[in-house]
Amino acid sequence: MAKNSPEENQSNQRQTSTSVRPGGLGRGGLGMGMPVVKAQNPKQTLKRLWHYMIQEAKTLAVVFALVVVGTVLMLTGPYFIGVAIDRYITPGDFPGLLRLSALMLSIFVVSALCTWLQNYYMIGLSQKIIAQMRKDLFAKLHTLPLRFFDSKPHGELMSRLTNDIENISNTLNSSTTQVFASIIAIMGAFAMMIYLSPLLTIFSLFTIPIMIVATKKIAKGTRTYFAAQQKNLGDLNGLIEETISGQRVVKVFCREETLIRQFNQDNLKLKEAGIKAQIYSGIIMPFMNVLNNLSFAILAGFGGWLVIQGAITVGVIASFISYSRQFTRPVNELANQFNMVQSAIAGAERFFEIMDEAPETKDAPNAVALKEIGGNVDFTDVSFSYMLDTPVLKHVDLHVTSGQTIALVGPTGAGKTTIINLLTRFYEINQGSITIDGKNIQDIARNNLRQLLGIVLQDTFLFSESVRENIRYGKLEATDEQVEAAAKLANADTFIRRLPEGYDTVLTEDGGNLSQGQRQLIAIARALLADPAILILDEATSSVDTRTEIHIQEAMLHLMQGRTSFVIAHRLSTVRDADTIVVINDGEIIEQGTHEELLAQQGFYHQLYINQFSRQTA
Amino acid sequence: MIKLFAFLKPYWKVALLAPLLMLVEVITDLYQPLLMASIIDQGIAQGDVSFIIQTGIKMIGIAVIGMVGGFGCTIAASIAAQSFGADLRTELFTRVQSFSFTNLDKFKSSSLITRLTNDVTQVQNIVLMSLRMMVRAPLLCIGGIIMTVRINPQLAAILLVAIPVLVIAMGFIIKAGYPLFSIVQQRLDRVNNVMQENLAGVRIIKAFVRGDQEKKRFAKANADLMEITMKASRLVALAMPLIMLIMNLSIVAVLWFGGIQVNAGTMQVGQVIAFINYMTQILFSLMMVAFIFIMISRAKASADRICEVIETQVDIEDSPLATDFKPEAGHVVFDNVSFQYAEAQGDPVLKNISFSANPGETVAILGGTGSGKTTLVSLIPRLYDVTAGRILLDNQDIRHIKLQTLRQAVSIVLQDSRLFTGTIGDNIRWGDEEATDSELRQTAEMAQAHEFITKFQKGYNTMLGQRGVNVSGGQKQRISIARALLKRPCILILDDSTSAVDLGTEARIQQALQARKSNTTTFVIAQRITSVMHADKILVLDDGAIVASGTHQQLLNTSPIYQDIYQSQLGEEDVING
Repeated sequence: MAKNSPEENQSNQRQTSTSVRPGGLGRGGLGMGMPVVKAQNPKQTLKRLWHYMIQEAKTLAVVFALVVVGTVLMLTGPYFIGVAIDRYITPGDFPGLLRLSALMLSIFVVSALCTWLQNYYMIGLSQKIIAQMRKDLFAKLHTLPLRFFDSKPHGELMSRLTNDIENISNTLNSSTTQVFASIIAIMGAFAMMIYLSPLLTIFSLFTIPIMIVATKKIAKGTRTYFAAQQKNLGDLNGLIEETISGQRVVKVFCREETLIRQFNQDNLKLKEAGIKAQIYSGIIMPFMNVLNNLSFAILAGFGGWLVIQGAITVGVIASFISYSRQFTRPVNELANQFNMVQSAIAGAERFFEIMDEAPETKDAPNAVALKEIGGNVDFTDVSFSYMLDTPVLKHVDLHVTSGQTIALVGPTGAGKTTIINLLTRFYEINQGSITIDGKNIQDIARNNLRQLLGIVLQDTFLFSESVRENIRYGKLEATDEQVEAAAKLANADTFIRRLPEGYDTVLTEDGGNLSQGQRQLIAIARALLADPAILILDEATSSVDTRTEIHIQEAMLHLMQGRTSFVIAHRLSTVRDADTIVVINDGEIIEQGTHEELLAQQGFYHQLYINQFSRQTA
Repeated sequence: MIKLFAFLKPYWKVALLAPLLMLVEVITDLYQPLLMASIIDQGIAQGDVSFIIQTGIKMIGIAVIGMVGGFGCTIAASIAAQSFGADLRTELFTRVQSFSFTNLDKFKSSSLITRLTNDVTQVQNIVLMSLRMMVRAPLLCIGGIIMTVRINPQLAAILLVAIPVLVIAMGFIIKAGYPLFSIVQQRLDRVNNVMQENLAGVRIIKAFVRGDQEKKRFAKANADLMEITMKASRLVALAMPLIMLIMNLSIVAVLWFGGIQVNAGTMQVGQVIAFINYMTQILFSLMMVAFIFIMISRAKASADRICEVIETQVDIEDSPLATDFKPEAGHVVFDNVSFQYAEAQGDPVLKNISFSANPGETVAILGGTGSGKTTLVSLIPRLYDVTAGRILLDNQDIRHIKLQTLRQAVSIVLQDSRLFTGTIGDNIRWGDEEATDSELRQTAEMAQAHEFITKFQKGYNTMLGQRGVNVSGGQKQRISIARALLKRPCILILDDSTSAVDLGTEARIQQALQARKSNTTTFVIAQRITSVMHADKILVLDDGAIVASGTHQQLLNTSPIYQDIYQSQLGEEDVING
């Protein structure tokens, strides 16, 4: 496993701690309250997003056409109100009013239809794009080297994969059309106002500069205080997360009061920052409202005066009031959308960041696929480091003949796991060579290589699928009979049959319905089914009861039979039975030989052994 | 949900002020169209310019008053809501701190965290919304209706049609949409689950070369999600055009029927315009109400989850019989103890356990998974309370010792060797905040942690990540042993706490513990027989009962189950070769 640099981990952990998401329908919500994370390079990101959208160019064109038609039709409404008042109601022309009403009715119906269709198509489009993005991302993940996964906390990755895409999805769904529609509505309303009365337009636009200046000011304050609030919230959530997941330790050390004190401090800070942030962001609404009312008053006052002067008619005032509403609402809307779009772009940027990660190196052009292998493995002068300057393996030479069992022993961090990471090409060596039957593993197609190797890891990972499917993972085309035969050989059949639904029992996400030992047995069955030529076993250290332990040992013996096996050994019985014991310390092989040979050497292994057995007779 | 509003009580003044100020804003909003109508019907009709100017100024003045109300409301509501949220969080946090292990078992820690973070934020937002929008929308709606009726009751009848149609339409959409969105959530969870498994199981997937298989699995989950999201979103997308349509149709109706009335002389043109304005306000506020309903139904789930925590009864507290007794020797007696987890059914986890441990002794507990080892030692610091029988510490029933005192005297190293943000030194000092540097070093040496700690550039001042991510499992375990030792307890419990430590280091830790054990009674749970065989007393636990006890040699001679374990781990040869 890679050792991560401490600093990196710490900052990452902090980030994830602020991004816990609720279950339930946690989408959308308060647009104004959202923290805005700025994108580094919005232009580039938008361009790349556009590539996704352009794939649905036809639908996109239809949507935009519908937006234009719908919005323009909607804009005719206020005009007709004015016309109705001036031409028909005031003179009392009822057949005319009836005609106009019928016209308005049909226009409104068509406009509503346009809006609905535009939403309908846009939802289809954005969901397709999002599904495509998810798919691409998932496919991308499978090309990434293990280094990528080891160097990023899974929590942070998950949050990127889920939150960011959610974010993009929500914004694509609503914002794209809304922004477009808002712009058209603003321009349309403005044009209509000029057409009706340029003079009144100038008066009514009187509030616009105030609005722009004030919104900018308020937005600036909002940003500052939201950033402060967000930071405090992050700190507090970090404390909560840590305290609660470690609650048992807290209890045992009676630390409750100290933590409550610390919590109260952080909580108070959050409250103070929160109040300011809420006031700043909340004030925009009454402010917009007062501007609305102001322009209302100006329109009524100056409009009235203009009517008396004979410059305009009463109907124009009526139309104007509606238009000026239509004018300010989209401006509001745009300001709201701006936040959403910004954080979506930031999300998209992180999405593309992963898409840009360097994939596992491609197979060499002359890479071969081996069918049958003997199982001779040779490490020649292998050196490796996860991070520059900290070599983990130094000039390792190791020669294994077909069918042998190699036990790797040594202190934690000595480099045992690294040997396995290199053999499987989870990581690529820096120096030297590893060969299988004389063939350099770098010249073997990676997937082929891994198929030749069978791996049973210490923490047995199982999927939340049925037991049967989990075993079948070793060999997808295996029949049910083969699956069960493998389970029998792995001593797993008996307990599996006792599960509520036998082989069809679906494992829970955290594997809660199986014990650790049972999970190991399933993992062994999985490896047995795969029937690899070379086996890699990382023996589990603990948490298994005696009976299961015996079962596991038997199963492992079955598994190792007739295969070249590398075992990271923790049980002395395994070590003793190995053909060769390789003792590793500080990245170097310091001793090699059989149990008896090594004991006779009186070296490091002897010391290990004595430590374990010294007081046996005491 | 309503229960939570009790947390607003300390802030009732601001909380009440907010809606009152909002009322001011609403009234000014409602007054505007009326004034405008008078400009048209009186000012313009009579050509009275000064009336128009006067009324215009009046409108501006009223708008300013409205603004003051709106600002005031925002400020008051923000203070009330944030204070409410802060208090709620404190209550929850304090509550969780007082939880017993039984209480903690009931909630997953991830769910507790969500409750304290997101759920509180959700509810806090709702309070903020309630104090502002939830007051504004209904007030505007009712006020609007009153105004329309005042202008023209007959024309107001249009609302009798428009409002029910709107309410029914929105109700339908919400009702049909709700179940769809819960399916969306389920399928989203599924997509995330596959994603999560692919991150956590990346080694297995790569090792078995199952990328394509996983892609298929994901593609299905992804397509399912897309399909249902489309369906749900498309349904909700009906709302907006529908509302606009109803509103516009009502306007046409007002124009038509209003036109007739103007012609008949029962209504004036300005009133028609004002009427249209009020109607837009009413319908928009109704939409707002619908939106608030959706928000509340979402927040309700959060509120329920919060209440669940608040209402949880803490089951281990200081008994009124607790004395100031302070255990010192570390003499432990289990007197016919039985135990059963609160919600479990069937057989008790521990059955009639009786044994005693003398001061300074090491007691080892051996047994299979689920045999009750961890449960047994958890009873000593009262992480759980016995269901029957009693435990004596220095001849005092532990339930009569103050919890704090008891837990200071008993140090348990849990299987979960969790470390906290802070330096390594800070973490070890959890055992004793006043410990000197040399004491720190001594305990770390005993736990075989000193060596690797000093290898870090900053030694004891090395910062640890949120869960101590930058140290290995074995190192974490050693730090947590040091932390427990620093407490200088009279009872030390090691619950399988060297599982990730290699054999040599484990042996050295044992030696160090042995050297100091004279004044500490030690309980050791381990899987490896080598870790327990030097104990003064070994208890073999099977299915919640003690099936054998004695020293290593005694058990080796008398207990078949012990022999079994021994052979499985060390093999027969070694028994002979020893």
